[in-house]
Amino acid sequence: MNKAVNDFSIIVGTKNGSGSSTANNTILRAIFKMGIPVSGKNLFPSNIQGLPTWYTIRASKDGFTARREEQEIVVAMNPDSFTRDLASVAPGGAFFYADDIKLPITRADIAIYPMPVKKLVRDDHNVPADFRDLVGNMIYVGVLVHMIGLDFDTVQAALNFHFKGKQKPIDMNLNAVKAGAEWAKANLEKKDPYYLEPMNKTEGLIMADGNTAAAIGTIFGGAQFVAWYPITPASSLAEAVNDYIPMLRKRKDGKNTYAVVQAEDELAAIGMAVGAGWSGLRSMTSTSGPGLSLMTEFAGLAYYAEVPVVIWDVQRIGPSTGLPTRTSQADLSFVVGMGHGDSDSIVLLPGNINECFDFGWQSFDIAERVQAPVFVLSDLDMGMNQWMSKPFEYPKTPMDRGKVLWEKDMEDLKGNWARYLDKDGDGIPYRTIPGNKHPLSSYFLRGTGHDEQARYTEDHVVFQRNMERLKKKYETAKEFLPKPIIHGTNGAKIGIIAYGSTEAAINEARIQLEQDHGMKTNFLRVRAVPLTREVDEFVGKHDQVYVVEMNRDGQLHQLLSLANPESATKLISVAHGDGMPASARWVREGILAKNTNGSKPKSVEKKSSAKKTVAKNGKKGAK
Amino acid sequence: MSALPMAGAPANVNAVGLTKHDYRGNPTTLCQGCGHNSISNQIIAAMYEMNVLPENVLKFSGIGCSSKSPTYFMNRSFGFNSLHGRMPSIATGGLFGDHTLKGVGVSGDGDTASIGMGQFKHVMRRNLNLVYIIENNGVYGLTKGQFSATAERGLELKKQGTNPYMPVDICMEAVISNATFVARSFAGNAKQVKELLKAAFAHRGIAVLDIISPCVTFNNADNAHHSYAWGKDHEEPLHDITYIPPRSEIMLETELKEGEIREVAMHDGSTVILKNLEKHYNPTDRYEVLRTLEEAQRNNWLTTGLIYIVENAPTLSDTYNLVDTPLNRLSGADLRPAPAMIDKVNALMF
Repeated sequence: MNKAVNDFSIIVGTKNGSGSSTANNTILRAIFKMGIPVSGKNLFPSNIQGLPTWYTIRASKDGFTARREEQEIVVAMNPDSFTRDLASVAPGGAFFYADDIKLPITRADIAIYPMPVKKLVRDDHNVPADFRDLVGNMIYVGVLVHMIGLDFDTVQAALNFHFKGKQKPIDMNLNAVKAGAEWAKANLEKKDPYYLEPMNKTEGLIMADGNTAAAIGTIFGGAQFVAWYPITPASSLAEAVNDYIPMLRKRKDGKNTYAVVQAEDELAAIGMAVGAGWSGLRSMTSTSGPGLSLMTEFAGLAYYAEVPVVIWDVQRIGPSTGLPTRTSQADLSFVVGMGHGDSDSIVLLPGNINECFDFGWQSFDIAERVQAPVFVLSDLDMGMNQWMSKPFEYPKTPMDRGKVLWEKDMEDLKGNWARYLDKDGDGIPYRTIPGNKHPLSSYFLRGTGHDEQARYTEDHVVFQRNMERLKKKYETAKEFLPKPIIHGTNGAKIGIIAYGSTEAAINEARIQLEQDHGMKTNFLRVRAVPLTREVDEFVGKHDQVYVVEMNRDGQLHQLLSLANPESATKLISVAHGDGMPASARWVREGILAKNTNGSKPKSVEKKSSAKKTVAKNGKKGAK
Repeated sequence: MSALPMAGAPANVNAVGLTKHDYRGNPTTLCQGCGHNSISNQIIAAMYEMNVLPENVLKFSGIGCSSKSPTYFMNRSFGFNSLHGRMPSIATGGLFGDHTLKGVGVSGDGDTASIGMGQFKHVMRRNLNLVYIIENNGVYGLTKGQFSATAERGLELKKQGTNPYMPVDICMEAVISNATFVARSFAGNAKQVKELLKAAFAHRGIAVLDIISPCVTFNNADNAHHSYAWGKDHEEPLHDITYIPPRSEIMLETELKEGEIREVAMHDGSTVILKNLEKHYNPTDRYEVLRTLEEAQRNNWLTTGLIYIVENAPTLSDTYNLVDTPLNRLSGADLRPAPAMIDKVNALMF
């Protein structure tokens, strides 16, 4: 049998709340420390204890980190999902299961490995009865150490990291790993081809989740005020601010330069953040779809009253409560047009862990420069899963506090100032900040119609003048926004446009499209709305542009079509919204299914997740 | 020509060198005779007499007739006219900008007891350093006369018919939510309004001032609880109240009657003197406070005066152990971690 090395996926099926995350993270980190590119995705239920949960780990010598839809190795610890887990093993794969599950094994095309998990844990008298289930998960880690070559030393390093060097839990877990490995060595015969072997492809990289990266970026952005309300999958963002800010902003006098407030709901969270933004603080709130719906009212006020504030939306799939633990990119249309009346939104779209960090600090510069709410749209897959990443980079530019006038500035101006006066002709006025002691510095902020002096007025000419200035301001804002990222292939006439966490899947799909189907593509990843000139130019240069996104309606596709009506016929929507992280397969098949001319696809696999679309369009690719 | 050496400061200038005019706002656009206007006037008088610099005050409001009124006093203060029922959250964030500032918020009975009930109760819990005035008229004025949540059961209004629901007692809600200063007054009792405003302003923490402020247009039938006539007849003062500025000698006025006198020291060193009328009312005793409010409700009394006070409770900004410099005066060097910290953070990732 030929060995299959460093290119396969593992899925572990357990019960939610059984403590398997320590074991699964240990496998992920151990593979990473072996130098093998790896990614992990937690497919968990909205539940505290009892429902089935899965963790997928992909090792990829070629560095692909997107979700795969096949798994070669399945570990089944949960009787409730056993049958489904058994069926999910790819032909020729391996199935490890806890042998106290007495259910029929119906597959002959895979290697079957029962593991005496309960017995091995019971045999270790150092494990208290209460801890048996938790530690039991380490048995399968040990079995994998022997069976696929998971490195014991890196497992130890991962546990050391997880338990922050605390010897007692490290030893207890490590003993279970040893017990599993020794038992496997004595009792199991290798019948599958899957192996891990050390490489050097993760050197200099870190492993982090997007919410932690966003929180640390926020702190390096000089965050002074964070208000939040718990919601999956955004809670860990504010919690990470709480975890890291005392260390990163420690002062000799022991006092704080920041406040993090858990509000009573999302209305109050953004209300507090807007209040703090008005009074001159770098202010932020973080939430997900349902919370964002509640925040709409204040977002409109912040737009119209021109208050800087940063709003992170770690997207989950809606509508309504939807699937709280599944990912999505379906809040884009909502955020772009947020609020009643005419409105504009500045939206940043991070596509990886580094950008979660970078947009963490850049969002404050943009919000204060433009005096506007800035939305940052992450998603559950990026926010809560561990990703390999380049290390975070210290901000390259100093903090930009925008057009702010203090006492001395007011004296220099001899009071010749008005809050909403477009002095520079760029639509961005000057603002004063509460606490300014100059007698002419104050103004009365309001969400009602106002003139340049911020006074209430119902004068239709003044009202419209202000609205036109706001429009101009958002035009000016484009120069402060991150430019799109373009990945090119020589001579490609087909373009792909996407945003956010789908980048890994798209780059993998592009290789497959070129190798297997002769389809060369260029790829532009949008990083901000309002869309900038570069996006129009990219559309202009290509014959066909596929817009790939994780939602049902093709929201970016709609936005692009509105922005480029003359090229709208070139834009083809490849949208997919089932709550699962993007895979190269659905990107590839989605594109092939919509391919009508130019480079005809050479083949289309039959097991297409986009099969319905193919059938409906009656354009099945030639086999 | 300079002032005569003997003349001293002109009589109309206070200790911080300002005239009453410096505390004024724009002309009111509320109805003539509206109780809210007399409250604005008492705010102006109280701030002037307390020698408060307008630049040290932040004004907040929600939406409604009452929420317009911060435009009509203290033009030199920054102000934020926010959203319906959301004044507490805006004030919470706003006051974090500079913890040396004092907030004065004006809300109404709809803004506080209906749409804003949640934020009202949570801002009590947090003990924000804010004077929270409710101009309470039991009716929605701007939308032309619907019942509010503080309207009494059985109230009859022209278009609405009879109110079928029990009213919300703002003072009781505030006490239950652990507010640290709760008082009620009646817009027609200008002297008491002013004295309570001064006491509220001197209190460090949340100070709720429920001021029955009759709506002259939509709710001023003689039998309505929020009318002038009813208020005058049913007002039941707990005590006479006199506010003594911190730097003045504490002196009792000669016309004070017999009875127990209780001094309540304010955070800033000033003192509120309460003179009990009929009973030994103790505003620091929650049991008695709640019993008194319940009794008043059963007897249709409008209990006015300082109802409840907790002294020296930590305010929201105390809880956060903030630096002495106002947060909004900090520079980039105070806020962005040093370059070396990025390596430390990267080392903390796996």
